[in-house]
Amino acid sequence: MRLLKLVPDDTNIKFLKWRMPFYVVSVLLMIASWGLVLTQGLNYGVDFAGGQEIRATFVGEETAPVVELRDTVSALDEVEDPVIQRFGDPNQVSIRVKLPPEAEGVPEFADKMTVAITDAIKAEHPDVRIDGVDSVSGKVSGEFREKAVYALLAAMLAIALYIWIRFEWQFGVGALFALAHDVSLTLGFFALFQLEFSLQIIAAILAIIGYSLNDTIVVYDRIRENLKKYRKMPLPELLDLSVNETLARTVMTSLTLLVALVPLLLFGPPSLFGLVAAITLGLFVGTYSSVYMAAPILIWLGVNSNSFVPEETVADKQEKLARGEM
Amino acid sequence: MLEFPLWRKIWLWALTLFAVLAALPTILSSANVQWPESLPDPMVNLGLDLAGGSHILLEADPAQVAETRLENMEESVRSAMNNAQPAIRFGDMSTRDGQLAWMVDSPADVDRTREEILPLVNGTGLVQEWSLQVVDETRFVLRQSDEGAEQAVTNAMDSATEVVRKRIDALGTREPTIIRQGDTRIVVQVPGLQDADQLKALLGQTAKLEFKLVDLQALPANVAAGVAPPGSQIFPFAEGTNEEGQFLAVKRLGGIKGDNLTDARQSVDPQTNEPVVSIQFDPEGGRRFATLTEQNVNKPFAIILDGKVLSAPNINEPIRGGAAQISGSFTADSANQLAISLRSGALPVDLTVVEERSVGPELGAESIRLGMIAMLIGSFAVIALMVASYGRFGVYATAALAINVLMLLGIMAVLNTTLTLPGIAGFVLTVGAAVDANVLINERIREERKRGRRVIAAVENGYKEASRAIYDANITNFIAGVLLFLFGSGPVRGFAVVLIIGLFTSVFTAVTLTRMWVAGWLRKARPQDLNV
Repeated sequence: MRLLKLVPDDTNIKFLKWRMPFYVVSVLLMIASWGLVLTQGLNYGVDFAGGQEIRATFVGEETAPVVELRDTVSALDEVEDPVIQRFGDPNQVSIRVKLPPEAEGVPEFADKMTVAITDAIKAEHPDVRIDGVDSVSGKVSGEFREKAVYALLAAMLAIALYIWIRFEWQFGVGALFALAHDVSLTLGFFALFQLEFSLQIIAAILAIIGYSLNDTIVVYDRIRENLKKYRKMPLPELLDLSVNETLARTVMTSLTLLVALVPLLLFGPPSLFGLVAAITLGLFVGTYSSVYMAAPILIWLGVNSNSFVPEETVADKQEKLARGEM
Repeated sequence: MLEFPLWRKIWLWALTLFAVLAALPTILSSANVQWPESLPDPMVNLGLDLAGGSHILLEADPAQVAETRLENMEESVRSAMNNAQPAIRFGDMSTRDGQLAWMVDSPADVDRTREEILPLVNGTGLVQEWSLQVVDETRFVLRQSDEGAEQAVTNAMDSATEVVRKRIDALGTREPTIIRQGDTRIVVQVPGLQDADQLKALLGQTAKLEFKLVDLQALPANVAAGVAPPGSQIFPFAEGTNEEGQFLAVKRLGGIKGDNLTDARQSVDPQTNEPVVSIQFDPEGGRRFATLTEQNVNKPFAIILDGKVLSAPNINEPIRGGAAQISGSFTADSANQLAISLRSGALPVDLTVVEERSVGPELGAESIRLGMIAMLIGSFAVIALMVASYGRFGVYATAALAINVLMLLGIMAVLNTTLTLPGIAGFVLTVGAAVDANVLINERIREERKRGRRVIAAVENGYKEASRAIYDANITNFIAGVLLFLFGSGPVRGFAVVLIIGLFTSVFTAVTLTRMWVAGWLRKARPQDLNV
């Protein structure tokens, strides 16, 4: 049986030749992402903005009366600017309402809004089935925001620290940079398309932080191996060799994850869509950053083969001195 | 690397078998097959987002605890001063900024006051709960210490948790989870609950019942404007009563509280046919209630629930025996709810719902079905890719993957963890990432063969050289997983649990088990070449 080889043997792609343009593009993309996050803002779901999300199924109706609902819900005193969307099947909707400013310091406000909305819907559609209610007060959502930032920063730093310990500081910095790149672009994507940003998305980004480094580690491992093996090879050439040698792995590991995730994205429960979409996006960004961010940065940070061979002894130094090399 | 002594094989298979068997009860119960009761049945619990149910986070305001405590102290100090022999005359008592202050009339009484007050302020606990100061010769200032205030919050939350538990038990729901969280919060999780509003109404009701004398001297204009005469307080009438929207002035002191109850039931007033709540005081409460009514015949008194007047009936005759009836425009449901609340005791502090997540049972079942379908398709795609790329080694990876999923489920069952909706995504992610290890190993074997190593040496080197990167990658995933676990609550935590356990099972199955199988095959078949 002939086996499938997605990546031909002995590729020799000059990845590093284009490192400058790619770096410039990546850094610009990161800046653009942050620009979007800061100007457009993230479309916070109830987890982070407070307020509530009500999911309902209009049993016995073909489609959910979205337009009518918008009028009904907007007419309520308690509610301003509800976001009403189809969610899952055609007769299912999600109604999202943010907390108004006067809810500040009134923990029970979110709760009261839910009751008002469900009562209003039930009055006109007695058969409606309330599938779920998420109601989050301003205080709790504020805590979630704070914890999310800490968790992301702590995860990135802890992993970079681990890479530093296992490799060298240059690799730790490279990993941190690659992670910052992946997280920034994912945030930028959510800001650009104004997709709902919830606790699940933070969970997805934390998973990305873990998994996007898998490829980076494979490449780094090979770089370390080659640094010991080819002591005289110029660094850009050595990095290119390492990336090419591990290319089949990078492609295969990303591909297995992708084929596992895509069915979940297409046929999975609608409430998981955001999470899976974020991880899938992170998968692409992470694979790219392993090749184009994590590896080339080592050139600028000045990795050399001495990082992984034992320190010179005094005798070695004297010998070099004697030969006039120093 | 490829040496597997018999004991090691037995041990690895036993571990595999154990974990897979542990998954059996969960798998069978999802297929509605009865698991024999005599056997242990570790189960993966379904999270509320899959099973349906309500998660409610309640929060208390610590300032309110301190305030109540100060009010109680004021009552105690007043009665101590009045009951002293002879009574100590004092005035200008006030509670402000978290402290209680008053002045004794004569400097000669300072020492005697101190003697009366000290037993009140030095509790039985180890911490200094109050600090007592005398300023300007005759002015006493009593302040709560931080430790004392903290202690009071802890005590209040402990008993609030108990009260919440009693109230939920009274609803007859199955297997509620009630846990203290942090200093001022209580998490309530009730699986399979249809009507979260009823639960919230029940938990949100403090059920602080008070009986206070109506201040008949208060000017109606002042009361309507919310200005209380000295020594009085103003309360609004409750919603639904005839006097809704009006206010009533009552005397601050001299009333009694409804916390000495032995029973409360919903019943019907025989005259009006309206739902009422019948209460029964304990002997101590009954005696105090009798005294109050005896001393105030033909005067009205107010029945106040959670700061709202339910009714203000006239005391026609002394009520002895400790039985009373509360009416206040109840429906049968609201009377029943109040009866439950009073029976389970008042909450020592108001609780507000700061987070609620409710999911209907239908949605959860649908999510599991869709998740399973997606996972099956994804798994087949991964398997096809692996077998096509690595042939026999891909088959080993596939077998490892199947065992991995079962082991993951089994270990989750043994650890009694909860599967949530994001946890399903965790399963899929684990399926996609578990074979990464096999990819790394197989690619390395390929490479070693190309460099001209013999079969055995190539396989051995493949496992050895690939394992560094495999362990490093799994450890970074583990770090991210732990932070995910620490950060997340509920559903997200369920995601972290699957990812973390999946890391361990995937290293075990994808690295250790496949190595054992490959070693067995090499020994038996002694291949001259590898198709990898």
